[in-house]
Amino acid sequence: MDRVVLDSLEPLIAVLTGMGYTVAGPTVRDGVIRFAEISSAADLPAGWTDEQNAGRYRLRRAAGPEATGSQDRLETGDASAGDGEQVFGYAASPDSAKRYTHPPRTTLFRLRDGVPEEAGREAPPIALLGVRPCDLAALAVQDRVFLGGRYPDPAYRARREALLLIAVDCATPGGTCFCASMGTGPTAVSGFDVALTELTGPHRFVAAAGSPRGAGLLAALPTRPATAADLEAAEEVGRTARTRMGRRVELDGLKERVAEAHDSPIWNETASRCLSCANCTMVCPTCFCTTVEDGADLADGTAARAERWDSCFTLGFSELGGAPVRGSGAARYRQWLTHKFSTWVDQFGGYGCVGCGRCITWCPTGIDITEELERL
Amino acid sequence: MTPTGTSAPRTAPPGVEQPGAHPMLPAPYRVRSRRPDRADTVTLALEPVRGECPPFLPGQFTMLYAPAVGEIPISISGHARGGGYVQTVRAVGAVSRALCRTGAGQIIGVRGPYGTAFDLRAAAGLDVVVAAGGLGLAPLRPVIRELAAHGSRYGRISLIVGTRTPATLLYPRELARWSRDFDVLITVDHPDRAWKGPVGLITGLVDRIVFDPRRTCAFVCGPEVMMRATAAELVRRGVPAGRVALSLERNMKCGVGRCGHCQLGPLFTCLDGPVLTYDRVAALLEVREL
Repeated sequence: MDRVVLDSLEPLIAVLTGMGYTVAGPTVRDGVIRFAEISSAADLPAGWTDEQNAGRYRLRRAAGPEATGSQDRLETGDASAGDGEQVFGYAASPDSAKRYTHPPRTTLFRLRDGVPEEAGREAPPIALLGVRPCDLAALAVQDRVFLGGRYPDPAYRARREALLLIAVDCATPGGTCFCASMGTGPTAVSGFDVALTELTGPHRFVAAAGSPRGAGLLAALPTRPATAADLEAAEEVGRTARTRMGRRVELDGLKERVAEAHDSPIWNETASRCLSCANCTMVCPTCFCTTVEDGADLADGTAARAERWDSCFTLGFSELGGAPVRGSGAARYRQWLTHKFSTWVDQFGGYGCVGCGRCITWCPTGIDITEELERL
Repeated sequence: MTPTGTSAPRTAPPGVEQPGAHPMLPAPYRVRSRRPDRADTVTLALEPVRGECPPFLPGQFTMLYAPAVGEIPISISGHARGGGYVQTVRAVGAVSRALCRTGAGQIIGVRGPYGTAFDLRAAAGLDVVVAAGGLGLAPLRPVIRELAAHGSRYGRISLIVGTRTPATLLYPRELARWSRDFDVLITVDHPDRAWKGPVGLITGLVDRIVFDPRRTCAFVCGPEVMMRATAAELVRRGVPAGRVALSLERNMKCGVGRCGHCQLGPLFTCLDGPVLTYDRVAALLEVREL
């Protein structure tokens, strides 16, 4: 389909709302960008950008000083507070689309008269605005986990299909980004319903449909055909973003190099800096591991079983016969990194990393996965 | 990056229910009978409350759910009369203790059977060595019953068993019966006064049974250290590593390859295992804390 130009996101949000979608998009909360329900384009973080580095995330005005952390200022979303008009002028935030397709906690079933009865599968239609290309790639990775094998998960499928994805090309990759070397960004190529490229001067969006649903959506909006100048400006966004990756990973021979490194001294060295806090796995858009929890309601006697995110960094994760198989932090870090870059390929035919850089940014001690790979 | 799945079917209108059973939903099974085996071990016969139970292969396991307590993987030890599973549980944790307490007539949850099986067809015409350590005899029971029922299909059959003490020996009556069909040797770590048999590691029994290594198939189950030692000894004697099958154990929360807990290098123990041949896992088992 030919690309078109949208001058505002307001009609997009209105049409989606009219179609019955809950629209979720980036908002400023608690000093970070987070996905939340929005009702207007004014809810988007206009003029905000971020600085990311190992163990560091700071939100600030694109054309101003760093945010002081004043909650008033951060949460008003007052567009007059900055000069910038860009609403997607920042890199990956701690939230990814995973929160919507593979929620942190889901109820699997409840006991009714002692018999397990599945919890409802109905997924409310959600339109997710501002999904980055790395996160589109991550959804594809998780699709293989939850839908690709012998035991597909119908509840995941329901959530996945109820999600309408409006992607945004990355214009301002962060200091921890390396999607270009993972081949997953910074430009959205597939896996979206609509992809936007944000342009300034004047502020506008080049839009492309990636599905019949997306085409129908664009057809319902006031758009004009993209001119050659619009398309060239959109191309330039991708070209520039590609040169601004803060990190990179050399993929050549990587899978084998990681697989053969189980005796490497770096695991112990890295473990001496690793707190086993599991932050990296919680912000990772591909990490899928879970555990189960049983709870009983003492009031009415019903019991329920829930599935929640788990992490290979916890001791209990590998517990067998009263002791963990991976008792040392070194073994746990090795498991995580080896899974991402080597055994994931054996299991699912692709890497378990999409280069979003979140694990680097949100590591409290600033452990940098790209550095660790280089040292192997 | 393989972008497979980016084109996940997206034709259904949003909010529509998806068909198909949820892989994490247990089916209700009734405990048909409960037989205490040893002080801490109970064998349950389970039958589905509705419909028929899916067939199983020797070596496969189910996820047994003790209502409101939790779920654990338990190997299948046989067919229950009238259709169902026989499963032996040792009370070691909260879930297994609850399962062991479950009485006849009570309802528990069952998912599965899951995992790979001991390949008895591969043993046709060959000598067979079955080596069981402790509770490892439970998943091998269907293998041994097949060997006992169709002994003529195989060469010389030997069963070697290691157990902590004579009192912890599993299925003693069946062992006595099987010893009429083929060589059964039992060793204990700690003998009591009445014990007249071998004492020590199960690897010590490998020298005392007769098999033609080049034409032998082995089925091994027990604690990992016992399986590694037994498999290494069989291979040292000349049994091809690809014909030594082990049944691995790892922490499992799902049984269907989605919880991530049971990974052993590239393998999901629940999907690629639990039964794997030694040639595929020897190197992995050498890596500490993998």
